[in-house]
Amino acid sequence: MSLQQEFELLRKIPMFANIEPAKLKLLAFTSERLSYADGEVLFRQGDPGDAAFLIITGRADVTIDTEKGPLSVATLGNHDFVGEIAILCDVPRTATVTAKSDLVALRIRKELFFRLIGEFPEIAKEIMRELANRLLQTNAQLREMAMAVDEDRSR
Amino acid sequence: MEPSIFGFILRYSKAQQIWLLAVIVLSYPFLYLALEMPKVIVNQAIGATSGPPFDVVLFGSPMLSVGTSQIEFLIGLSFVYLFLVLVNGVLKYYINVFKGRLGERLLRRLRYQLYQRILRFPLPQFRKVSQGELIPMITAEVEPLGGFIGTAFADPMFQGGQLLIILGFIMVQDPILGTAAIALYPLQIYVIPKLQRRVNELGKQRVQNVRRLSDHIGETVSGITELRAHDSARHELSRFASRLGIIYWIRFDIYRIKFFMKFLNNFIDKLTPFFFFSIGGWLVIEGELSFGALVAVLAAYKDLAGPWKEMLTWYQQKEDVRIKYGQVIEQFDPPHILDEETLLSELDEAGDIAPDAPVVLQNVGLVDDDGVRALDGVTLDIGAGDHVAVVGTANSGKGELVMAIAGLLTPTSGSVMLDDRDIKRLPRAVTGRRIAYVGPSVYVQAGSLADALAFALKHEPTRAAGYEADAQARYEQELHEAEKAGNTTLDFNADWIDYASADVAGPDELEARMLDVLRAVDLDDDIYARGLRGTIEPEEKPDVARKILEARAAVRDRLADPEVSRLVEPFDAGRYNLNASVAENLIFGVPLDETLSEQHIAANWYVRRILERVALTDEFLKIGRHVAQTMVELFADLPPGHEFFERFSFISAEDLPEFHAILGRAARGLDALGETDRDRLIALPFKLIPARHRLDLIDKALQSRLLEARRAFAEGLPDELTGRIAFFDPEAYNPGATIQDNILFGKIDYGQANAAQRVGVLIAEVLEGLGLRDVVMSAGLRSQTGPGGSRLSPVQRQKIGIARCLLKRPRILLVNEAAAGFDARMQNTVVNRVLAECGGRTVVWVLNNATLANKFPRVVVMDEGRIAEDGSPEELADREGGTYRNFLHDL
Repeated sequence: MSLQQEFELLRKIPMFANIEPAKLKLLAFTSERLSYADGEVLFRQGDPGDAAFLIITGRADVTIDTEKGPLSVATLGNHDFVGEIAILCDVPRTATVTAKSDLVALRIRKELFFRLIGEFPEIAKEIMRELANRLLQTNAQLREMAMAVDEDRSR
Repeated sequence: MEPSIFGFILRYSKAQQIWLLAVIVLSYPFLYLALEMPKVIVNQAIGATSGPPFDVVLFGSPMLSVGTSQIEFLIGLSFVYLFLVLVNGVLKYYINVFKGRLGERLLRRLRYQLYQRILRFPLPQFRKVSQGELIPMITAEVEPLGGFIGTAFADPMFQGGQLLIILGFIMVQDPILGTAAIALYPLQIYVIPKLQRRVNELGKQRVQNVRRLSDHIGETVSGITELRAHDSARHELSRFASRLGIIYWIRFDIYRIKFFMKFLNNFIDKLTPFFFFSIGGWLVIEGELSFGALVAVLAAYKDLAGPWKEMLTWYQQKEDVRIKYGQVIEQFDPPHILDEETLLSELDEAGDIAPDAPVVLQNVGLVDDDGVRALDGVTLDIGAGDHVAVVGTANSGKGELVMAIAGLLTPTSGSVMLDDRDIKRLPRAVTGRRIAYVGPSVYVQAGSLADALAFALKHEPTRAAGYEADAQARYEQELHEAEKAGNTTLDFNADWIDYASADVAGPDELEARMLDVLRAVDLDDDIYARGLRGTIEPEEKPDVARKILEARAAVRDRLADPEVSRLVEPFDAGRYNLNASVAENLIFGVPLDETLSEQHIAANWYVRRILERVALTDEFLKIGRHVAQTMVELFADLPPGHEFFERFSFISAEDLPEFHAILGRAARGLDALGETDRDRLIALPFKLIPARHRLDLIDKALQSRLLEARRAFAEGLPDELTGRIAFFDPEAYNPGATIQDNILFGKIDYGQANAAQRVGVLIAEVLEGLGLRDVVMSAGLRSQTGPGGSRLSPVQRQKIGIARCLLKRPRILLVNEAAAGFDARMQNTVVNRVLAECGGRTVVWVLNNATLANKFPRVVVMDEGRIAEDGSPEELADREGGTYRNFLHDL
């Protein structure tokens, strides 16, 4: 359990990949490393988003509430980063994340994250770049899907 | 109040002043003899020319005969001299002590009277005077009076008497020369008061300006938030500087005139000898005056100079004090001041009001100093036990209405009748007990929460303080002294709480009742939380400590469950606690003062010796360097003052550059570092908490050596450190730790999600199970409110204000927008609970929120100082075009 290890893990996340090491270490230092028992909830759908989580070890389930009960939409594992959307824009949690084993996560508080961005705008630049990349990918996916639909129709 | 300082002094110390003068007169012969004796010894004993008998010759005739030989005569006279010196010294000591005591007593009396007058000021007066002005008046401004009072009559008598005697002596010998010696006195008597008048005028201005200065400081302290918020510091500084400037020039002028007066006095002093030398000398040369006569007059003049100068000094001091007294007094005599009887008389059963007394307002009008009509012909009848809501806009007079009923504002016309008696003639002993008033801003004095609640019950001593023999003697002495100074003789240390009024038998029941009223105002959860954070003295409350240890045992049992055990890391003498700091792990206890606090522990010689003994000094130095490197790396780019420093850094922003420099010097090897640098680095590891900081600096090997250090620390603890630390002991209550920490006996694990919250629930369950919630609540009641209640939030202060009204069980409860700061849900709860608590008692509640009025059977709507509507809420709500109806619709 060490700051160094958390720092290495943060660095592998694309959003943080190009941020200066000292700043990233500060982010790790100001975050909390928390253990969750199997079945414990990291956050719940509809709650205000107050933190992002980096799973250091363990597995977690992502579920969405539906009329027929919770629907599992994804499984998270080691080194996955979750909840970042909620801390970037003020939206309630869109899903519930529950630990599916003993789990250790780094909890990055929104408030501290934003202060850091305020102090070091270059972090924001990196995040923008990352988000723009994601948008590009999404657009590309949409275009592919649209083309697939067109092809379907023309058949 | 006596209009002049002399009137004040004479009124309260005439007998003492006369006694003082008598003693001074009595001391004269001894003083004279002591001055004369050396001459007698030299001339008559040492230089004796005749044989026996050896007589002491005074005033030209033999007074007494001493000894049979010259030696015996000399020794005898020497002892007489010694005796006289002693008598003189003792008399002088007695006179000085007497003067000092006289001055202090009168000063005490004056301060007491002034303070008592503040208590009697009519409330609107406080809009005109500020505390910034009142405080220096009673503290600093009257201080010089104490010194003057002892000398007020003694000095002019003493010096003036001396002056007259010497003058008479000269006059008898030679009237012309005598007249010459005082020829210039008239000039001084004419000029000095003229100058002094100017000084007085300036002195007045100075006092006024200093008051404004202190007023300004007071305003700054109260308004500091606004001041910061609006970047007004420069403006305030400039205002302050301009005030200082005014004072500077006034003082400078005073100095100039004072020193000019001094110059003039000295000059005139020397002018007289000038005439003696020139004219007298000329006359001697001419043969018209004998040489001896001139010498005699010079000597006489020299004797006169001393007392004359003293007289002038006394005159100036007198003027200064006279002005100061006058300027203070005039501020303490406002019109309509409450008379002493009304404020301070004791409750007399016959004067009490009947329990079912109605409140009747007859044509009540209230015009304030600005001519604004706050109440205008209000006639209202409130029966005993009625619950009435008063609603209206902010300036409708609704607040003034209840303040008039409380007797806090005196109507300018009409009357408020309680039990057929005009409330302004009812003593506060009645109104203050039967009526409870709470306004929109509650003042809470520094002290415990229980004190703040009991405040409303402290009208007069109800149970005498039990003093032990010594303390009893001291108390009686002080009582005697208080009487001498005209102070109250009520014992402050007695128990003042009126248990009967609260309808409880004694302190224990009162506490239970306090908890009840706190529940009524929805403050019990806050008190519980404060109680958990509070401490108790286990020696004072052994039963409470024992119960908390029971709770500790219960928590320990619960920790057997792995689900729970991971939340807390208990203290264990044989194990290193990863959730505690290195300092805590080393001393394994709670520091009781600053010596071993986290800030100072590294500087303690004993701690350093222990580190040395287990060979950890170098290790700490290395870790310290590592911590410093990390901190410099992480925090270097943050602007100073960033909140991260306080929340996360081991090193403050100001110290960061210095550590940067130390690291630079450490690059050449830690051994090369100077003593100061080493000390600074060694101090860092003490703050490390491995589970929280995750710096991987405290490995298993180090942990076991720190455990070794822990043992060594406790074993060799020097006497000077015992009592400065409360060791963790699983079987003992730790007086340095909070109740929560005592129950937990361990640290909440930093690494467990939601641990603090879950532990809170666990503790609450355990306490509830053991029936210990009240113990915690009682600790919460003892928690401190801070100066002016600053450790309470405004809402909490308001709740205390309402709760203590309930505690008093008043016949009439008056609430003036006291719940206005609460949120809607809380207002609702508090109004419901308070009304339930006050069944059968009269309640008049001024509401800021008209929607709550439907909880009251009767609503009075105020508008522009008059009653616009009066009826049941349902009736008024239905009234087309009615004010109340409009109110509800506007919301």
